[in-house]
Amino acid sequence: METTALLIFIAVSALATFATRVLPFVALSRHADHPLILHLGRYLPPAVMMILVIYALRDFRPLSEEHLNMTPNGWPVIIASLTVVALHLWRRNALLSIVAGTGLYMLMVQLGPVDVSFTAALAPVFIRGKAGGEKFGYSK
Amino acid sequence: MQQGRDSLSPIAQWRYASLQTLPVMFGYLPLGAAFGILFMQLGHPWWMALVMSLFIYAGAGQFMAVTLLANHAGLLEVAVATFMLNSRHLFYGLSLLKRFKGAGWRKPYLIFALTDETYSLLTNQGQQEQGPEDHANAWRISLLNQLWWVLGTLAGAMAGALLDFDSRGIEFALTALFIVLTLEQASRLRQALPFVIALFTGLGALILLPEQNLLLGAIGAASLILLVHYLWAGRSRGSY
Repeated sequence: METTALLIFIAVSALATFATRVLPFVALSRHADHPLILHLGRYLPPAVMMILVIYALRDFRPLSEEHLNMTPNGWPVIIASLTVVALHLWRRNALLSIVAGTGLYMLMVQLGPVDVSFTAALAPVFIRGKAGGEKFGYSK
Repeated sequence: MQQGRDSLSPIAQWRYASLQTLPVMFGYLPLGAAFGILFMQLGHPWWMALVMSLFIYAGAGQFMAVTLLANHAGLLEVAVATFMLNSRHLFYGLSLLKRFKGAGWRKPYLIFALTDETYSLLTNQGQQEQGPEDHANAWRISLLNQLWWVLGTLAGAMAGALLDFDSRGIEFALTALFIVLTLEQASRLRQALPFVIALFTGLGALILLPEQNLLLGAIGAASLILLVHYLWAGRSRGSY
């Protein structure tokens, strides 16, 4: 993709993101105290966070060919997630929870019984679009 | 800690703000680096990653942008998908309408920089002071948070371009971040309702919807259920 097209892509993405942040300020400033707004403002953010967790874990498959699936979309992702939960409940330290969980996951993925085809599919595992990860060029 | 901050020197004020952003720094540096590394897989120049972190500045949004770029998505698809993914920010602004009032020249940036983490910091900190001092501190926090994000991106893009760094699995940082944010929300709210709704709509969408509509479907359904819950609760209160 040439530079101009990429810059247009970035501009569109930036404008769409800014729109979500600025819209309430331009459209609803007069209704800030409406009970429905307060109700949604209170309950929607936690619901969205939880949905994002489910979304991030959606590729989890417990079994592959009747064995425990130890490839990146198998038990490593659950073990790492539970580690994050346990660490965060224990120490309440975002740094520790995120770094330790991610480190553990990387360790399991890189040292574990990794099927090459799964590795190729892993890169965009959380936000993967229709075509999957093959286009990410994890060929090396 | 709160009293007399007006009299603090600029250096002390920035020091105070950077201490507050410390947990975000530890989240944003690896996440920004993960984004930089992923972006470099596409084979674009490294400074493009920097432009994205400067002007888009959205964690999940920029990860999705990498996917959309890899799939050569159309601009309309980019606009709609980005708006939908970030539509949760709509509800962040709602609770800050009053807080940002009168923030003057700082207000556009405060709104632009309203990420999940900045929102969490701003709404978690005690609001002992108000007006200009609060706006100035919120501005410092917002600016520092984006600085961590941009620095992380830079480091990741450099690593992706220069080193043969084995980054397999690093994108789990995003999952870890969402888990941490969910736990933070749960400890703040101490109510099961939104999490039950999220489980219901999230798993429902997982079963029923194709992948590209999953997130929007789940969040849309959750909003709808919350609307119904609001109407139902209002009727049982007899308020209308």
